[in-house]
Amino acid sequence: MKIAVASGKGGTGKTTVALALASSFEGEIIYLDCDVEEPNAHLFLNPEVEKAETVYSFVPLVNESKCTLCGKCDDICRFSSIVIMGRKLVTYPAMCHGCRGCELVCPEKAITAGKRELGTIAQGRSGNINLLTGRLRIGEAMSPPLIKHLKSLIPESAKHIISDAPPGASCPMVATVRDADFVLLVTEPTPFGINDLSIAFEALREMNLPCGLIINRSMPGNRTAHEFAEKNNIRILLEIPDDRAIAEGYSRGALITETRPELKSGFISVFKKIGEIISAGREAYP
Amino acid sequence: MKELVVISGKGGAGKTSITASLVVLAGKSVIVDADVDAADMHLVLPLKETCKFPFEAGFAAVLDTSKCTECGYCREVCQFSAINEKYEIDHILCEGCGVCAHFCPSGAISMQLKTCGDWFVSETPFGTMMHARLFPGEESSGLLVSRLRQEARARAEAGAIDLCITDGPPGIGCPVIASITGASLVLAVAEPTISGIHDVKRVKELAGFFRIPVVLCINKSGLNPEIETEFRKWAAVNKVPVVGEIPYDSDVTAAMMAGKTIVQHSGGKPSRAISLLWEELKASLELGGV
Ligand code: SF4
Ligand code: SF4
Repeated sequence: MKIAVASGKGGTGKTTVALALASSFEGEIIYLDCDVEEPNAHLFLNPEVEKAETVYSFVPLVNESKCTLCGKCDDICRFSSIVIMGRKLVTYPAMCHGCRGCELVCPEKAITAGKRELGTIAQGRSGNINLLTGRLRIGEAMSPPLIKHLKSLIPESAKHIISDAPPGASCPMVATVRDADFVLLVTEPTPFGINDLSIAFEALREMNLPCGLIINRSMPGNRTAHEFAEKNNIRILLEIPDDRAIAEGYSRGALITETRPELKSGFISVFKKIGEIISAGREAYP
Repeated sequence: MKELVVISGKGGAGKTSITASLVVLAGKSVIVDADVDAADMHLVLPLKETCKFPFEAGFAAVLDTSKCTECGYCREVCQFSAINEKYEIDHILCEGCGVCAHFCPSGAISMQLKTCGDWFVSETPFGTMMHARLFPGEESSGLLVSRLRQEARARAEAGAIDLCITDGPPGIGCPVIASITGASLVLAVAEPTISGIHDVKRVKELAGFFRIPVVLCINKSGLNPEIETEFRKWAAVNKVPVVGEIPYDSDVTAAMMAGKTIVQHSGGKPSRAISLLWEELKASLELGGV
């Protein structure tokens, strides 16, 4: 079961929910913190780091003595990261997408593989949870390559995976959720929350991914999220009450299941419901 | 013209609520909602007269099956595994680099310009606002943010307006970098939580990387006094002035539910705290007092 936890925006409780789910699960589970711009799961899990590595992307390395300044690499590069300026070839590694077009096209074999650091990846364990987390290098603009790398580290034998998606509905979020079996959307019942939820939901619908909803900071009498769910035929899997004690627990790094142990059974039942939805088949859901 | 950019590392720290209130207090500024992934400012600032423009950026590879001989060379050169065994191009994986099109011996692949979203110019009672809507799954939001800021600057100059207030996107990646480069001041909004302090450190590092001064506002104060103390210590050591402190208070959610900015909704504690914050920001920005 590959579950991705997403929300249009950060701060709606995505990490809180993903962590509560992972810690309620009985058995081995992989937790992928794909929010590589602001990874936070490790602050709650405090894992023992077992492995850490740096991840790089291809950037061109030009051997000036071989280069004839023919301009073929400049022509193929659509990101203006290799350009001929007067009598000199200049590269802008920060803008390079690593397509290797310049390397392939160079008739003089003047270009070889250099590297730019994308960020780091660490793996560690905390109880039943095997945490894989990525951290984007400060100043690095592109997070999807790091997310893809993070996902490639999932062992093939892994059965249960929870991915904590980055906020938004653009490429980093899509890179995370695209091969999930199920996407769990987390929202708050406020106008901001519903606006962000509708954007995330639209993205999922375009990718044809089944999804369900968890309402966080649910307030008695407030039906905004329920109305959205009804209108769009999304199943509500759990409601978490609005509670200052939970906010305070979160501020200290405590899991929701530690602050409010009585909510644990709710998270366990979420797994069951997701299992049902997946086995009912994708066709049954929007 | 001075540019104030409000960021928070992570969403949900209350950045938009605070920024919208600052816009109201400023009275007249050019406003940018740089959270092009999930723009929210329009939910609390009433918009009149909106003009819409398409945002075109980047290219996508399109394969003409009638010309394709299935030689497989495109699949070999594509670094992003965007072309599958059936020669279908996955537009989420395609980076638009055009390498496949360049090398295809049959000329079966062409590169076509993509429309990635829309951007808008709207009038609000407090100034002109630039905002956008990126289509789901699209990238180059950094480009879109730069576009909005460019437009905002042009309008500020044309209207002799000396302040631009930007609600920044979450994270520290491409859109955030695009929203802070060249700004006069970054206001980091953070909650006193262990992740809040972690996020703000990264924000500070990022702003430092681009040499932009940072000031800090602690939101939801009172939630965890211990972490607040830690925050202040960190801020003092790292020379980040703490220019505001907004209490954890139900007024903030109530304002949001009413679709209003905090300062317009009530004169309660958070509202007064934001007014003080604005005075501090004016001093930091060296805006002439009126
Ligand atoms: S690898 Fe691609 S993006 Fe990078 S410099 Fe070469 S052609 Fe440009
Ligand atoms: S293609 Fe090769 S020889 Fe031509 S300008 Fe580029 S690096 Fe130099």
